[in-house]
Amino acid sequence: MKRAKFLGAGALVMMMAGGAYAKTDIKVGMQLEPPHLDPTSAAAGAIDSVLYSNVFEGLTRFGADGSINPGLAQSWEISEDGLTYRFKLAEGVTFHDGTTMDAEDVKFSLDRARAEDSANAQKALYAGITAVDVVDPMTVQLTLAEPNGSMLFNLAWGDAVIVAPESIENIKQAPVGTGAFKFTNWVQGDSIMLEKNAAYWGTPAALDKVTFKFISDPTAAFAAVMAEDVDVFTGYPAPENIPQFEADARFQVIVGNTEGETILSTNNKMPPFDNVKVREALAHAIDRQAIIDGAMFGLGTPIGTHFAPHNPDYVDLTANSAYDPELAKKLLAEAGFADGFKTTLKLPPPSYARRGGEIIAAQLRAVGIETEISNLEWAQWLEQVFKGKDFGLTIVSHTEPMDIGIYARPDYYFQYDDAAFQDMNTMLEGEADPAKRSELLGKMQRKISEDFVNGYLFQLTVPTIAKAGVVGLWENAPTQATDLTAVHWK
Amino acid sequence: MNRSLVIGAALSAVFVVAALVSFVWVPYDVTALDIPNKLQKPGFQHLFGTDHFGRDIFSMIMVGARTSIAVAVVAVGIGMLIGVPLGLAAAARKGSLMDEFIMRGNDLVFAFPSLLIAIMITAVFGASAVNAIIAIGVFNIPVFARLVRGAALSLWTRDYVLAARVSGKGAARISFEHILPNVTNLLIVQGTIQFSLGILAEAGLSYVGLGAQPPTPSWGRMLAESQTMFSFAPHLAIFPGLAILFTVLGLNLMGDGLRDVLDPRLRRAQR
Repeated sequence: MKRAKFLGAGALVMMMAGGAYAKTDIKVGMQLEPPHLDPTSAAAGAIDSVLYSNVFEGLTRFGADGSINPGLAQSWEISEDGLTYRFKLAEGVTFHDGTTMDAEDVKFSLDRARAEDSANAQKALYAGITAVDVVDPMTVQLTLAEPNGSMLFNLAWGDAVIVAPESIENIKQAPVGTGAFKFTNWVQGDSIMLEKNAAYWGTPAALDKVTFKFISDPTAAFAAVMAEDVDVFTGYPAPENIPQFEADARFQVIVGNTEGETILSTNNKMPPFDNVKVREALAHAIDRQAIIDGAMFGLGTPIGTHFAPHNPDYVDLTANSAYDPELAKKLLAEAGFADGFKTTLKLPPPSYARRGGEIIAAQLRAVGIETEISNLEWAQWLEQVFKGKDFGLTIVSHTEPMDIGIYARPDYYFQYDDAAFQDMNTMLEGEADPAKRSELLGKMQRKISEDFVNGYLFQLTVPTIAKAGVVGLWENAPTQATDLTAVHWK
Repeated sequence: MNRSLVIGAALSAVFVVAALVSFVWVPYDVTALDIPNKLQKPGFQHLFGTDHFGRDIFSMIMVGARTSIAVAVVAVGIGMLIGVPLGLAAAARKGSLMDEFIMRGNDLVFAFPSLLIAIMITAVFGASAVNAIIAIGVFNIPVFARLVRGAALSLWTRDYVLAARVSGKGAARISFEHILPNVTNLLIVQGTIQFSLGILAEAGLSYVGLGAQPPTPSWGRMLAESQTMFSFAPHLAIFPGLAILFTVLGLNLMGDGLRDVLDPRLRRAQR
């Protein structure tokens, strides 16, 4: 009798396990909610985190390993001189509203993105394109002014996805793309719902229903994961909780690389930071390892320049700005600031910035630099720091891939203006030979490191916490995305 | 001897002494970070353990007491300095337009949720201890104005006030020479209660990041920062939490005790 009961219970467990096997919906938690849903007209990474690859696709796309794979363009031919790109589009692609995706849509999207009055956040991606021509409904030709070795990479960005003229008007509230999921609902301040696109042209998604839930408070995020309210939390904001999740068999912790160079951004035009000696002193006053241990609980790789360490072209330049407070004091004295000076340190919400800021303030205080800390919300930060350039120091992670080119933009918020660097960047953009590109990239990394443009802290690691049964999530984050097209339950 | 007064005064004294001592001595520097020694459990080296930056929590509680007390003292001071004269004036000219104006103004401030105003002030002028003081202080004004007006109204009917009027003293002189001394007891009792509310308000504002800014230690911010670490380092939350609890408890007990001792009506009833 007892045994029969036991067997019965066993059968029940088996059935329940069988039920779990069939699970086809997923709830994904993330910290930031997108301001709107058009990836082609805003810098906010949260938009790509929800929509990239899931709802919107580009001609090319990022793979989980950072490689550039065919997207809506199945194949391409590049002319001998590197000036024309001929893309062959995938057959039978339709947008979620039923309209077909053809060469006209590609021309529309790219022309819209590179237009004079375009709101695209990454216009530099298309800077070299002089014309987009429709050869036939399934073929598009791009003409460049100069050869550009990173064109295919540029077209994979979330900012370069293909949109349709028929649905562009309401894209910010009701995005219509070509991806494996279609947008269904957005409850502002709470969640965004996607569902499987039954008419998808490629490999269909394994999941039927996806809910993105926005939980900005780290404590609430911890509670949501622990209570299994969400199945996955991408960009988990409190690294101090990682050991707990690792010890809990219900969860898996995915700690991958990101493209996020976390830097102490310095206003290069604001005295005294216009003096390279002061910036050098700043660099030597900072103890990176203390910041990684204190703010990130050990997660993160030290960097000495604005480049991702997992990139094959990375040069380790951390020695240029080794922790040496005595040298920092000496340099400050040479620059005429023997008694130090006062400046502002404006911090956006993530814990790497808020905690890192307190640590850096203490380290700078030790060499005589007093900082006045102000904690800002993202909107204030964008307004005051990024647009207004009203700051002395700030801490932020630059999560765009391969973004060393921002140092060639004198009007970029940290205002580094150096002709030699700008020349190198122009050469790089026109260079297609991998060996020469690699050499140039090395030179550029050295240049900004030796000019101490910013304080280079560490490569951001954003852990993803997922339930043990979730398979197919990206381990690394070559671009901001939560690609769920291959995700399924074990 | 009033028991709640003694216990309350003793508890409050502990924190006042801790705050005063912190000016001349703390076990560890609270602005120096010691990251290799982070999240130490309470022990001999660090009585209350260390926080996520390796700072000594005992020292932070001491310096945090200073922040709390300073904010509360100044905020209650603002409330008294502005609220008491307003209440006296309103009582002196009872029923006048000025009385209406002052009291309806008070109602207006009372009607606003204090945290909302505090958030507004800090949103406009930026988060800092000074703005927290102003925000808390503004809300103390109507408390004192109402209290003083109510008490003063009954005093104005007393014979000695009548005598003073007959002798030719003006309303202002009567208010300050005859009314004010007779409401002092009430002010002391209410001041103690407001002081404890001020400490709570400061902790609340700091908790949401609108109070004293880092590196100045503050109990409320210590609590906020401890949140995500509560499950593996509960001492980060327990000690500042207890500090707030005991200070507020002490001040409230002291306020109750003072009321028992100072309020003439209660004194008569006890006899």
